[in-house]
Amino acid sequence: MIEVKNIHKTFGDNHVLKDVSFSFQSGKTNLVIGASGSGKTTLIKCMVGLHSPDSGSVLFNESSFDELVEKERRKLRKEIGMLFQGGALFDYLTVEENIAFPLNMFTTMSDEEKKDRVNFCLKRVNLNNVNALYPAELSGGMMKRVAIARAISMKPKYLFCDEPNSGLDPQTAIIIDNLIQEITQEYNITTVVNTHDMNSVMEIGDNIAFIHQGQLAWEGDKDSIVSSTTKELNDFVFASKLFKKLKK
Amino acid sequence: MINGLKLFGLYLSMLGNVFSRPENRKVYLKRIVDEMIKLGVNSLTIVSIISLFMGAVVTIQTGLQLNNPFIPKYLIGYATRESLILEFSPTMIALILAGKVGSSIASEIGTMRVSEQIDALEIMGINSAAFIIQPKIIASVLFFPFLVIISMGIGMLGGFLAATLGGIISKPEFLQGLIYWFEPFYIFYAIVKTVFFAFAISSISSFFGYYTRGGALAVGKSSTKSVVYSCIVILIMNFILTQLMLV
Repeated sequence: MIEVKNIHKTFGDNHVLKDVSFSFQSGKTNLVIGASGSGKTTLIKCMVGLHSPDSGSVLFNESSFDELVEKERRKLRKEIGMLFQGGALFDYLTVEENIAFPLNMFTTMSDEEKKDRVNFCLKRVNLNNVNALYPAELSGGMMKRVAIARAISMKPKYLFCDEPNSGLDPQTAIIIDNLIQEITQEYNITTVVNTHDMNSVMEIGDNIAFIHQGQLAWEGDKDSIVSSTTKELNDFVFASKLFKKLKK
Repeated sequence: MINGLKLFGLYLSMLGNVFSRPENRKVYLKRIVDEMIKLGVNSLTIVSIISLFMGAVVTIQTGLQLNNPFIPKYLIGYATRESLILEFSPTMIALILAGKVGSSIASEIGTMRVSEQIDALEIMGINSAAFIIQPKIIASVLFFPFLVIISMGIGMLGGFLAATLGGIISKPEFLQGLIYWFEPFYIFYAIVKTVFFAFAISSISSFFGYYTRGGALAVGKSSTKSVVYSCIVILIMNFILTQLMLV
């Protein structure tokens, strides 16, 4: 479980996060939703340690990230997998080398064991015969799947996904969403997905935090979102004609 | 001025991170070898072409200046050798490498930054500055002196060809000049300069790449800045080292 408590973050005069507190449950797909510029990505970056919050704390299974010494932080980071918006695969490495990268850096596995683990991860994300390809040779959906495979190669306890289906067609987006949910439940991972895609919310939203202008404006799950009376949430969720019809 | 000091402070703090203990020595060693090939071996062709013509031009121009019956002709070979060893090979090649290697380093690291590859390394618990930059600096410092020594040899060959084929002086006279009053310390001086230049090129370019903010346009700007700053630092270092080692 991950808990964020009273997080504040400012960039110059811009107060991006204002007293955000939320619990992200293990074995569930936790979604952070909100409009562009609402502070979702900043929250996720504060959680993974890419930004330091001005005040407040992030607790990973009750240990505060800020209070950990550098060695413990690095140890914790090995338990974190992250799927970036653009995949963030290393251009100069093949798919196989990308997935084996954390294994090469942090484990003493033999080449055979690493190969088995890479093939297992690729099979888990439904990819075959791509081991020797470079990221530039992959489609958007394949790139996301390889990034997921890399993120799970070290058997993480926490998985962060920053807009996992941005730039994907609706069908592939659903495949990626379902894959994230399956992996979360299968390995009992605490997964945090940052998205503004309403299809994802309705598909995989077990536990949802809605951020509006840097504040937590609503929390609940995909079933309660439709009946919510929070105006900001309704404006965000039912912005399209399709969802308006759905509400009616 | 304050911005300049801030920039220098940030550069020093980056160097502090770069020279911390590697997470996995085996992976780092492999990366150093890869960088030697990418930054060093792949620069051999351009270095050879430039050195060949540089040596030829130095010989022709020296030949024109020493066109006096009282000055022995072999001094053309001597002047070519001294010019190449003392100045043209280390400094000219460093400036060329600042353009070729420096811009390549800055754009590679800048692209890694804007495409979140550096963030990915950090989240994995890897010291990204050390992982990306350290092998580049070590590879440059180890390999650039070889490039400069090769440049000296090819420059002298260029001079020899220009002198003999252009009829400036005879083959034995040029060769006599090449071995006349040889001072091995000058080679040491050239290598020391090159080591400093290599460090400057690789670290400055890495610095601008590593702190790229924005998109593709920012990568281009970082690349340009890295070349400009590297060239200025090379010229200042050249002056200081010459003053310290030769005067």
